Amino acid sequence: MAAVGESRITYDARGLVEIDGTPPGVAEIDGDRATFDARELTTRKINAELRRLVYEEGVTDVTIANPGAKHSLGVGILTRCRITFEGSLGYFGCGLIDGPEIHVKGRVGWSSCENMMSGVVVIDGNAGSLTAAAIRGGDVVVHGRVGARTGIDQKGGTVIIAGSAGSMTGFMMQRGRQIILGDVGPGLGDSMYDGTIYVGGKVKALGVDCVPGEWTDADTEFIERKFRIYGLGSPPELQKFVCGKQLYNYDTLEPSERKLVL
Amino acid sequence: MCGIAGIIYRDGTHDIGREMTAMLQSMKHRGPDSTGFALYGPPRTDNGTYAMRVKLADANTPRDFEFHDRLVRHRAEVERRLVAVGATDAEYEDSTEYAFNVTFGYDGDLKLLADRVENIPGAEVLSIGRSLQIVKDLGDAEQVADEYNLDRFVGSHAIGHVRMATESDVDISGAHPYWAYPFSDIAVVHNGQLTNYFYWRRRLERSGHRFQSECDSEIIAVYLAERMAEGASLEDAMRQSLEELDGVFTYICVTDDALGMAKDELAAKPLVLYEADDLVALASEEVAIRQIVDREIDTYDPYEGEVMVWQR
Repeated sequence: MAAVGESRITYDARGLVEIDGTPPGVAEIDGDRATFDARELTTRKINAELRRLVYEEGVTDVTIANPGAKHSLGVGILTRCRITFEGSLGYFGCGLIDGPEIHVKGRVGWSSCENMMSGVVVIDGNAGSLTAAAIRGGDVVVHGRVGARTGIDQKGGTVIIAGSAGSMTGFMMQRGRQIILGDVGPGLGDSMYDGTIYVGGKVKALGVDCVPGEWTDADTEFIERKFRIYGLGSPPELQKFVCGKQLYNYDTLEPSERKLVL
Repeated sequence: MCGIAGIIYRDGTHDIGREMTAMLQSMKHRGPDSTGFALYGPPRTDNGTYAMRVKLADANTPRDFEFHDRLVRHRAEVERRLVAVGATDAEYEDSTEYAFNVTFGYDGDLKLLADRVENIPGAEVLSIGRSLQIVKDLGDAEQVADEYNLDRFVGSHAIGHVRMATESDVDISGAHPYWAYPFSDIAVVHNGQLTNYFYWRRRLERSGHRFQSECDSEIIAVYLAERMAEGASLEDAMRQSLEELDGVFTYICVTDDALGMAKDELAAKPLVLYEADDLVALASEEVAIRQIVDREIDTYDPYEGEVMVWQR
């Protein structure tokens, strides 16, 4: 007979059972290149093996087969190297990176590339919501479509989306650029502080304080350069959107001064 | 947080009990408190035959001295009341000491039948359907599936839910899926929060519906069933829900021959979708879909305000 609540609810799925973070040492290393199969490995083991290769073995080109849409793969890599995932990633993939060039031959889930500092992430398929949230630098290129709130709180870098994007794209964006070749959902650039968003398709609705911007030669040069780097062909006609800077936070008056004015 | 999942086959029946178990187990980290399944077996060809899932207590109900005697008395009372309302040829199958499944013939009012059963202290009708069976209990998917022998369940479509209790108790009443009392064969799983819960609860209660839980998700099931009872299609009812239900939510609704998903205007709750010729699978995380399609697949997130419906 089960007592009240006895052992029916366990928490091992939260990762508490796997305290062994030692690298499995399964990679095949060939000079500065390495390959390993992630099918039977947990998230922690995959990341531990990846870190062993790039930090301890001096490998600069790692290929990971069968990532299986597992979460949090390829996070926190802070060195220049090349990483290829032969398949899809789950949530939080490639977050907190500074330097690597990562190629995902599949799809990524929510919050990929979050807080990225520098480097390049190229995703062949679709991406979930919150892609490139709060990135400070580097390039994120998604060849498919993305979910909502792409580049929320973006502080730098460039996000290129070949497909469409969901609602609140560029929400509270502070700096950097986004190039979205497809349609964009409602609330584009809502409450953005700065930065630039280029859109090739239809915009369902602009967010608060997001306004059309004036196109310059620098925009053309920037777009053409990024298209050339990532082999995207000739750029289509794009609309440019920037911050209108009419929100209350752009009011330079102190609260006490405002009272005097009013 | 919670995790939701759904599968619907377009080419007949499959081992949906085993497959849904694998999907939900892979999302255990999203909700270890309880797990629930709404499974649709082959449609019954004999008109008027229903399956009803009933629980008389919870896994964590205090086991006092009278517990077992009370279960026996209440079970006998269920049997007596089914006969009294006109149910025929009842066959009982025990799942646990406090939950069972009963199939019976009936051509009367399902609301009357459900109300009579639930009038027994501690009794809750988890589902009534011609092909629907809802199973939910505390623990993870493998625990629940093992206890209720779901590995053997064959059917055409299913939804499931792993729950991280946030705003109501950890008990079976708070677990998903929710049956759309008193409508046959409709169930819902939900990830999110409804902010106009009490408005809709009062409104639906005034229409004569009862609610077994304090969980906002139960509203969605009854809301949709009422719209469909008024003549709306599943898709139309779901589209209307986006206008009338407030909050952040992604939910999956199933009927005896269809499965649909809806996402609110903020798209704040995840859902990943995989669509093939023979199968549609959707879940809060792709890793759940990979449990039944073990290869690289093309998936995507439905956008804000999207409603999609698939027929089996």
